[in-house]
Amino acid sequence: MAKVDFEIPKLKKYPEIPVVVEGTMAHSSPYVAAEKFQVQLDFPGGNGEFQEGWKEKAIEKMGELLGKYRSLQVFLDSCVKCGACTDKCHYFLGTGDPKNMPVARQDLFRAVYRRYFTFAGKYFPKLVGAVDLTEDVIKEWYSYFHQCSQCRRCSVYCPYGIDTAEISMAAREVLDHIGFGQKYCNEIIGKVYKIGNNLGLPERALADTLEGLEEDLEDETGIAVKVPLDVKGADILLVTPSADFFAEPHVDGLMGYAKVFHEAGVSWTVSSHASEAANFGMFIGSYENMQRVAIRIREAALDLGVKRIIFGECGHAWRVAYSFLNTLAGPWDFLDQNYPIPQHICEFTHNLIQDDKLTFDKSRNDDLVITFHDSCNVARASRMGDMPGGQFTIPRDILKAVCNNFHDMAPETIHEHTFCCGGGGGLLTDDLMEIRVKGMVPRAQALQDVVDEYGVTNLVAICAICKSQFAKVLPYYGMEMDMIMSLHQVLSNAIILTGQIVDDDDEAAEDAA
Amino acid sequence: MSFLTIFFALLFYVATFSLVAGLAYRIRLYIKTPAPLKIPTTPAPVTRTGVALRLFREVVFFESLFKATLWTWLFGWMFHFGMFLVLLRHLRYFINPEWFWAPLVWPLVGLVQPFGLYAGFAMLAGLGGLLVRRFAVDRVRYISAPSDFIWLFWLMGIAASGLIMSFILHTDIVQLKEFTLGLMSLSPGELPVDLPLLIHLGLVAVLMALFPYSKLLHAVGIFFSPTRNQVDNPREKRHLAAWAAKYDDTRGSRDSAEGQ
Ligand code: SF4
Ligand code: SF4
Repeated sequence: MAKVDFEIPKLKKYPEIPVVVEGTMAHSSPYVAAEKFQVQLDFPGGNGEFQEGWKEKAIEKMGELLGKYRSLQVFLDSCVKCGACTDKCHYFLGTGDPKNMPVARQDLFRAVYRRYFTFAGKYFPKLVGAVDLTEDVIKEWYSYFHQCSQCRRCSVYCPYGIDTAEISMAAREVLDHIGFGQKYCNEIIGKVYKIGNNLGLPERALADTLEGLEEDLEDETGIAVKVPLDVKGADILLVTPSADFFAEPHVDGLMGYAKVFHEAGVSWTVSSHASEAANFGMFIGSYENMQRVAIRIREAALDLGVKRIIFGECGHAWRVAYSFLNTLAGPWDFLDQNYPIPQHICEFTHNLIQDDKLTFDKSRNDDLVITFHDSCNVARASRMGDMPGGQFTIPRDILKAVCNNFHDMAPETIHEHTFCCGGGGGLLTDDLMEIRVKGMVPRAQALQDVVDEYGVTNLVAICAICKSQFAKVLPYYGMEMDMIMSLHQVLSNAIILTGQIVDDDDEAAEDAA
Repeated sequence: MSFLTIFFALLFYVATFSLVAGLAYRIRLYIKTPAPLKIPTTPAPVTRTGVALRLFREVVFFESLFKATLWTWLFGWMFHFGMFLVLLRHLRYFINPEWFWAPLVWPLVGLVQPFGLYAGFAMLAGLGGLLVRRFAVDRVRYISAPSDFIWLFWLMGIAASGLIMSFILHTDIVQLKEFTLGLMSLSPGELPVDLPLLIHLGLVAVLMALFPYSKLLHAVGIFFSPTRNQVDNPREKRHLAAWAAKYDDTRGSRDSAEGQ
């Protein structure tokens, strides 16, 4: 844990709604993307300076977006300031900064919309809270629209379904077009264009990594479990977040998928061209960039001649895959229509468990007491299985099939009510550490409660961002970084592969000793 | 016709025009503006019928607000449901019992009268609760603009002036009905000159005129909200807006050679 120059919030016994303190987080702002990163995404550079004509350009862009997105137009018009969303954002709950209340965040954008696009705002700005677009307003946008993880929690409770994430995306799109892109997101998207994944892991290194994993798997199980790369004619293309290739605990999840594929007896492959499930194009609200990233998956699928596409554990990647991939990169008429396109690895595993195709020794997880974190984008922006809510039951069913001790966190903090880990939406960067730590307050609190009450030892997530964020931030709250586990890591512990020789005697001996 | 009658008749014509034209413009804008991506807040219904039910629950019971905060839900629902009954009660001013279809609805209008009478109090109480919340809760106070307070007072004025006429200073409703029915056939009868009535009508006319250009528009917005009105079926059915479809032809040409 690095040295910190801010106060780490104390977890309380009961969740509390903080008192409004203006300006608490006004200083929080991520690094601006340098010109060379901007141009890769077809955005103008500026290196953090205002360019000639920025204001006209910003207003023009707003107008264009209003014409392209019904969500934006309807959301900006419909808010009645009822206040229902004011205590729903984890960033407000963790900071008390009123501009982190969803409605107030929207209002930063809405005030400008009113001023330039509505009758009331043009002629009676004071009355309806309309403001001129100034450099200070842009700086405020840059700060507070990067304190929103686009988790959609606010949209659950708003009587009109207003989703602040949509406003944040639009605002970031406007900012990108006047040279104020965010370094973290835009640099990463550039890497995907150049190399194929967020981490900039080239094909050669990827091949080596996967070989290493195969060795580990064989050492562990005595069985040659493969992790294939760029195999033409494989049935299944696995698209997984690149963190799965080496970050902890992500990689243990990847080994879990490999075991499941092995047991299912299917042929599968990873692609070096589409070696990334994440799609940061969504975070910056850029349809063009989101599509440019997504299309690589289509190209890889065509090139390798696969029949199915399966996504690994990642929240926002699953949103883009489940909700947008058909739109962005479809139609998928060349794939096998008997399977969902795309399919989530949890759906795949769950089906096998239902059909009794996998063997588990649950007792191997008896040293763990597990709870499950619903990642926002899986919970509120996608689905698994045929029924609404499958995204909640399927991962829990899998966990209960592979371990004996499972306890959910408080009902108002899971399922559709789940709290963000604090690092989503393009905020998983060190320059936003303070907001990441403070934004985890509600989640950490709910977690602490089940630790105290049920002796929960581990938190399981199915999102690459959640896993990285928890590993880094849990220690700020006095919890261990390896408390966070991949879902398929827990499965991997318990699964017994066909032909695997299980050394029960050894364990019995250890137990006796 | 007296000056007042002419003034109020004109006021209502202008207000009605503004209401209808403004709403038509907004609704057209919403219909015209595409929703390029599937963004229902999930878990979401997987069928059209399911979506209709979701919207029904949202409009009639304020389902999401109920999940959010009990007090706001209670006051908000009291106010809106009260207003709904009051509006039904007012139908009697716009239906001539001698019209051939009137017998179909007249008994209902009769039935709702006693409820509508007391619903006015529910309306006022609900508005009062919302107002107190706007002052008392620091978060809600922070997000309130002057117009948010003004609308609350405005609606309270409408409710209060109506209740005064119902319970204290009765107005000549037979004559009033001649005015309203006349309005609809473009030959208004003489308007009774009573202060509470004039206030009541004046406030209502302005509200009607400003409805489409203010936050009152939320009544329409809910039906067009993509997070609530979309079916959750993106894998089964390709969803494509016209402007997004144009990209289909050019996509992928830039990066396909790299990284292989
Ligand atoms: S989307 Fe999430 S992070 Fe953004 S304002 Fe809403 S609750 Fe807060
Ligand atoms: S819940 Fe919706 S309508 Fe109410 S203040 Fe928040 S965004 Fe506005």
